[in-house]
Amino acid sequence: MVNASSEDFRGRARQAASKKAKYGADVDISKFKLLEENIHDSVNSLSELRSRDEITLLRKVGFSDNDSRTSGSYLQYDFDAICHKSKDPGVEVLPIDIAWEEHGDWLKDYWWKNVPIETDKFTAETELHSTRGYFIRVKAGATITYPLQSCLFISQNFGAQNVHNIVIAEEKSDIHIITGCATSAKAGLHIGVSEFYVEENASLTFTMIHNWSDDFVVRPRSVTTVKEGGNFTSNYIAMDPVKSLQLFPTTILEADATARYNNILYGHPGSTMDVGGQVVLQGDRSRAEVLSRAATVGGTIIARGILDGQASNIKAHLECNGLILAKRGIIHAIPELKADRPDLEMSHEASIGRIGEDQLTYLMARGMTEEEATNLIVRGFLSLDIEGLRPEIKAELEKITSIPAGF
Amino acid sequence: MLKIENLTVEVKEDPGNVILRNLNLHIPEGEIHVLFGPNGSGKSTLIQTIMGFPQYHVLQGSILFKGIDITVKSITERAQLGIGISFQRPPNVPGLKLNKVAEFLVKQQNETTAEIGKRAKELEMRDFLERDLNVHFSGGEIKRSELLQLLLQNPDFLLLDEPESGVDIQAMKLIGRMTNALLGTIPRQPTQPWSKKKAGLVITHTGHILDYIHTDKAHVMCQGHIGCTGTPSRLLEDIRNLGYPECVRCHERLDDQLQLKLAGG
Repeated sequence: MVNASSEDFRGRARQAASKKAKYGADVDISKFKLLEENIHDSVNSLSELRSRDEITLLRKVGFSDNDSRTSGSYLQYDFDAICHKSKDPGVEVLPIDIAWEEHGDWLKDYWWKNVPIETDKFTAETELHSTRGYFIRVKAGATITYPLQSCLFISQNFGAQNVHNIVIAEEKSDIHIITGCATSAKAGLHIGVSEFYVEENASLTFTMIHNWSDDFVVRPRSVTTVKEGGNFTSNYIAMDPVKSLQLFPTTILEADATARYNNILYGHPGSTMDVGGQVVLQGDRSRAEVLSRAATVGGTIIARGILDGQASNIKAHLECNGLILAKRGIIHAIPELKADRPDLEMSHEASIGRIGEDQLTYLMARGMTEEEATNLIVRGFLSLDIEGLRPEIKAELEKITSIPAGF
Repeated sequence: MLKIENLTVEVKEDPGNVILRNLNLHIPEGEIHVLFGPNGSGKSTLIQTIMGFPQYHVLQGSILFKGIDITVKSITERAQLGIGISFQRPPNVPGLKLNKVAEFLVKQQNETTAEIGKRAKELEMRDFLERDLNVHFSGGEIKRSELLQLLLQNPDFLLLDEPESGVDIQAMKLIGRMTNALLGTIPRQPTQPWSKKKAGLVITHTGHILDYIHTDKAHVMCQGHIGCTGTPSRLLEDIRNLGYPECVRCHERLDDQLQLKLAGG
């Protein structure tokens, strides 16, 4: 791959190559193999993929084979960008290396700008051993009717996928991006550096669905800047087993900008999910809401949230609710509020518990077994009202089956 | 259909706090009985014990439903055998749409989901189907939601705890009409014959519901057992004229007479 970065970036990356991350267990990156390049054929649509199993996996993370209901697609298999296309003149979708070739003169102003290279060893590794990523640009004033979809897929066992993504929503544009990560391998490492730029009065909804497997280590690193009057909504859904997942996306708001995070987490035995979100409210009248719903059937879930109020007349709310559904399940909610001035309004609430017996008996009196009632209650609990989700994604939220009865 | 014999019940969390004492009650198929009684007389405990709620513990006696001893059966088993209950203060279930419960119920009955829309329309609550179950429901909305669920569940034996509480006259008429539909005292479909297979037990404090639904027999509960039994209108009149304290006194006199009789051998 053509390396897009300058020697300066590489030098900074080398300095941080062994810098431990602020949160999450440390990872020995050398245990994973860099993905091989140029091994997958390009395709035009999902139906050209040979493996039915893989098609099913892609659909589960929201990747649709119905082109008429998408504004564009990006599909990366291991290292190879096997499909990238836009169906809407208002949106540009490219592999990041091609974007650099075409737009390097101005793209450099967005390159490692939101996310500092030296954040930790994972950002450094992404610079040193990049395995591509996507570039999405929504042109000024364009309202993109259908969602744009992307999927990052890993098929090589013990592969290390280190992607660098850049998304730019120009002034007054509006788009919903659905991005999924999935794998057919058992073990692997996924690092995703994402830099989101929401310009004046633009609106970006970013829905990310993760579907890893038992021995995956996942370290997304994303920072979003939202300019005046802009809106950023992040939906994050992780319902499947993963060994170690840690992400702490940060959003910085200018005046009159808004951010909303919806995190839906389901912790399986053997999984550790350390998922949070931080919103820095730098502009007057900016608004933020961070909502997390976490349920565990034996996994450990750490739900962090920081609201940092730095301007006047801001309003921000943080909410984390946890359900422990089995022995050995752990939920640790860490909500934090910071402010250095009085003319703002910030609040948080957190709760952890089990399903209410009154809720169970209520539904059992309608003829449900305890298990059926439990499943419905948990599905309800996890179904934050997220607009614009496709039926496949909703189905993903409803597939909970592994709740032990009688806990 | 329902036969309760010698039932004694205590509060599970508070052993020794006996709420029902040696209670006997028989409700044959096709009959709807009313339960009167002052606060704390054990009316709600009785219907919750019939449904099998875990906060009560049966010390002795038995509950037979359709000839089957259900005294130790689970709530689910009782519901599946055909007992249905309306909750007075149902719990909030955030995120769970009323529609999801409705879908479960029609599936159980081998009905189509079209039934949900039809029933919801009758109860003027179609907008509710996509709302979180009981969350921010008003008193009247809870009643209608409970009736909707019960209409879809279509139980053979119905337990209603104060169906009239917290509703206005207009809603009362609707609730009366739907309760009749539920109890089978009016046909479910105009072409269907009247069902006489159903039975029910209705708690009422004010008696207002009796203006809207047909009932066969009434009982006054007093200190954990059935004090007296009679026709609903007659008993309601006595209670209205004399009040529950007199009922209790009357009941005590009956008890004394019984004791004397026993003592006299």
